[in-house]
Amino acid sequence: MLLRHTPKDITERKALTINPAKTCQPIGAMYAAMGVHGCLPHSHGSQGCCSYHRSTLTRHYKEPVSASTSSFTEGASVFGGQANMLQAINNIFTVYAPEVIAIHTTCLSETIGDDLPQIKKKAEAEGKIPKGKHVISCSTPSYAGSHVTGFSSMVKSMAMLAEPTGKKNGKVNIIPGWVEPADMEEIKRLTGIIGVKTILFPDTSGVLNGPLNGEYKMFPDGGTTVAELKSCGDSMGTLALGEWCSAEAARSLDSTCKVPCSVLDMPFGLMATDRFIDALRTIAGVSIPDEITHERGQLVDLISDMHQYLYGKKVALVGDPDQLIAMTDFLVSLDMKPIHIVTGTPGKKFEKRIKEITKDIGCAVNVKAKGDMFLLHQWIKNEPVDLLLGNTYCKYIARDEDLPYVRWGFPILDRQGHQYFPTVGYKGGLRLLEKILGVLMDRQDRDAPEEKFELVM
Amino acid sequence: MATATKTKLVQWDPAEVKAELLSKYPPKVARKRAKQIMINEALQNETPSLTANVRTIPGIITMRGCTYAGCKGVIMGPTRDIVNIVHGPIGCSFYAWLTRRNQTDAGPDGENFMNYCFSTDMQEQDIIFGGEKKLATAIQEAYDLFHPKSIAIFATCPVGLIGDDIHTVSKNMKEKFGDCNVYAFSCEGYKGVSQSAGHHIANNQVFRHLVGQNDEVKPGRYKINLLGEYNIGGDGFEIDRIFKKCGITCISTFSGNSTYDQFASSHTADLNAVMCHRSINYVADMMETKYGIPWVKVNFIGAKATAKSLRKIAGYFGEQELIDKVEEVISEEMPAVDAALVDILPRTKEKTAMMFVGGSRAHHYKELFDELGMKTISAGYEFGHQDDYEGRQVLPNIKLDADSRNIEELTVEADATRFKPRKSAKELQALAKAGYTFKEYDGLAMDMDKGTLIVDDLNQYEAEKLVALMKPDIFCAGIKEKYSIQKLGVPMKQLHSYDSGGPYAGFKGAINFYQEIDRLVNSRVWSYMKAPWQKNSQLTASYNWE
Repeated sequence: MLLRHTPKDITERKALTINPAKTCQPIGAMYAAMGVHGCLPHSHGSQGCCSYHRSTLTRHYKEPVSASTSSFTEGASVFGGQANMLQAINNIFTVYAPEVIAIHTTCLSETIGDDLPQIKKKAEAEGKIPKGKHVISCSTPSYAGSHVTGFSSMVKSMAMLAEPTGKKNGKVNIIPGWVEPADMEEIKRLTGIIGVKTILFPDTSGVLNGPLNGEYKMFPDGGTTVAELKSCGDSMGTLALGEWCSAEAARSLDSTCKVPCSVLDMPFGLMATDRFIDALRTIAGVSIPDEITHERGQLVDLISDMHQYLYGKKVALVGDPDQLIAMTDFLVSLDMKPIHIVTGTPGKKFEKRIKEITKDIGCAVNVKAKGDMFLLHQWIKNEPVDLLLGNTYCKYIARDEDLPYVRWGFPILDRQGHQYFPTVGYKGGLRLLEKILGVLMDRQDRDAPEEKFELVM
Repeated sequence: MATATKTKLVQWDPAEVKAELLSKYPPKVARKRAKQIMINEALQNETPSLTANVRTIPGIITMRGCTYAGCKGVIMGPTRDIVNIVHGPIGCSFYAWLTRRNQTDAGPDGENFMNYCFSTDMQEQDIIFGGEKKLATAIQEAYDLFHPKSIAIFATCPVGLIGDDIHTVSKNMKEKFGDCNVYAFSCEGYKGVSQSAGHHIANNQVFRHLVGQNDEVKPGRYKINLLGEYNIGGDGFEIDRIFKKCGITCISTFSGNSTYDQFASSHTADLNAVMCHRSINYVADMMETKYGIPWVKVNFIGAKATAKSLRKIAGYFGEQELIDKVEEVISEEMPAVDAALVDILPRTKEKTAMMFVGGSRAHHYKELFDELGMKTISAGYEFGHQDDYEGRQVLPNIKLDADSRNIEELTVEADATRFKPRKSAKELQALAKAGYTFKEYDGLAMDMDKGTLIVDDLNQYEAEKLVALMKPDIFCAGIKEKYSIQKLGVPMKQLHSYDSGGPYAGFKGAINFYQEIDRLVNSRVWSYMKAPWQKNSQLTASYNWE
């Protein structure tokens, strides 16, 4: 057994987190910054933070992840990191020439109280920021929130580049939240078909799913451009996909630039995608092309064709709040029973929302924000499930408990496809469903006695 | 796979390459980096000196990690029956969770906490009001849940800044439990210039709290400790297999596939064999002073190096039985190695490699590339010190800077009851006469050819330049470097965690490595960079239908 010391009996833990279902804010800020064209994320802290975030993102994407660090040593930790940061800004613009440096803090620089906006002012005063280049920053102490809130903070900093001209641009801002490059591409495909002009930020497509062609571009072709970010203050509205990842940026655009916003669930599965598409239709005042309705019909068709394999199956899932909310909604819509749901990210309203979504499934539901995967595993030991959904660390639970398991979320370190194949939208719903059905039906094949082994399923 | 090696002639002048690497830097950066890039002279006395173990320049994209990574990630990461609790915000523990590919074999019932990740997940109020209470509670909760024989605490950056006294908390909990050894590592990320400081901090505490805890004499002959072997990809398993076959008893490995008791008994061994000089030489030195165990440098990376290291161990014990057994094992193992090379060498010889990894690994792996007939045209360490480049003879000349002075140096004396010289003065004399050397390491530069480039703390910009200018057939570093190099169409092998491969140590490991490098440098994929229409963009004729 891989997790052989995990007892079935659940005891309350006040101080010890075991097998976390979250990581720290800065990695979210780094991932978000990768979605700005020509942007170099910068970690204001000691070298390890930057190294760990780059390594984790690289393992997840199998793509280069460039980011710099202030390389704090003991001296900087005592006297403050301003000198390191100023030196870094100068070196970065000289050697790497990015369009934007996106700085995030760490627990180290936050604990000593470094003030990034003030350091930026000093850099500007000393002429260290070349004309036309940008430095954005956000505060992401690792001792608050989670990787999700760090992502959200950096997205908000991007939105603050908005420079309203007073003339509307006829576009809709879409903040997709922490989804994969393939998902961002899929959102652009859908809005393209519908005929809505959008500014999508951040946008990691074309950044973290690049080609191999013998050429290395430190700043790949993808990403939301600075020009687009400046223009997002002139948009007709903002659709924020996910309360945790995207709402903060959308609301700040509303209050600073009077761009109205609407916060929707991430478009995973049938219902959430329906709401997203319908919102686009209403905002843009267009009718939805048959092509989209056709895709929707295909997803409904697959659900109906395979309903017998899904009906009543119990599911445990772990991940981030926005994704879990949409996924739980999807599972309920399939007549499945999501019974154990854990996120490491804090937030009581998450628990409330999940309880609302699952109130009619006819069995008790365990849900916890600020939980961990040790607790999830204990819940599973007490009330077994038919399916487990979560990131790569779930494979240890799946093997010990012999559970059908679909990799979903962040990070996925041991399988491929998340960079290339979307899970948002109706097409994404088809892919999620295909994956879920695949593991459930493989299990049925594996466990069927010879006389019950089916050719046609 | 391509069947024949095409000899690629790349002409480069090392002085020009060096100038090119420095050309884009601001003057201050260029001056500093110039001291860390050395054109090798391959002459011990005339080789110009290289600056190493100095701060990375802020903003320059480095390969390096932090002190915590060196302590928790590297040295203590592979300890399976110790509950390693990280005191800090969640990230540090999360990132070090199972990512280094240290393998361990606890058997079906043994204690194994390596698949777990423990953290105090410090919150804002802990930073403001102090985290000592939370730490004590976390230790208690871990003890109640698992009853481990040992709990280790690791500090992350904010812990040192807010002044949590993790050592006192640990000591109190240890006294409270009575049957569980609790101790702490002040390995805050900012403490040094690289992971290397973390190794030193780990060595100190392992020596202070673990080594010598169990005086029980273990059975077996020819007792050694293997220091600085982390069982990445199963390296340690292969070395253990060879030791067993030779009749050598490995009392402890620091720290691959290790147990608490191995550390506790390590002072009962008669020889310390040091693999990774950089990460563990401190413990070797301290064990010699306190317990009288001499140390020698070994290297089990490379079949010839493995044979040489086995002979070195046998030579130390000096008994004919062991010497004969080692020769017998070498002659049993080498035919498979030779057969693999007969097949693979024609496809790898005269190809070129670059390696920027570790504090000893770049040197170790040069052995394997030599065996493959490949030339290492540029190499360096991520966190090596000057002695790792130029040999231990430069140790007296290394001036301690402020960053190194921050790391505690333990004062060690001979143990009143347990110090025991393993060899008499006469025996040592005889060994010296026969050319046997202790505590010796000549460093990487000695083994590099004249005119090759040695670069310390290589960064992303320089890596890309080096590859573009010198066009190696393979580049070796870590995960962060892997894909930017491969985008250039050059295969990249991770030598920290071995990608998905290994073991590469010992005889079987050497064969694995030959096959892996053959696969990488001769893969068909590198010929697919351009689509047909990119190779031949002009349409010259109409399409030929059948």
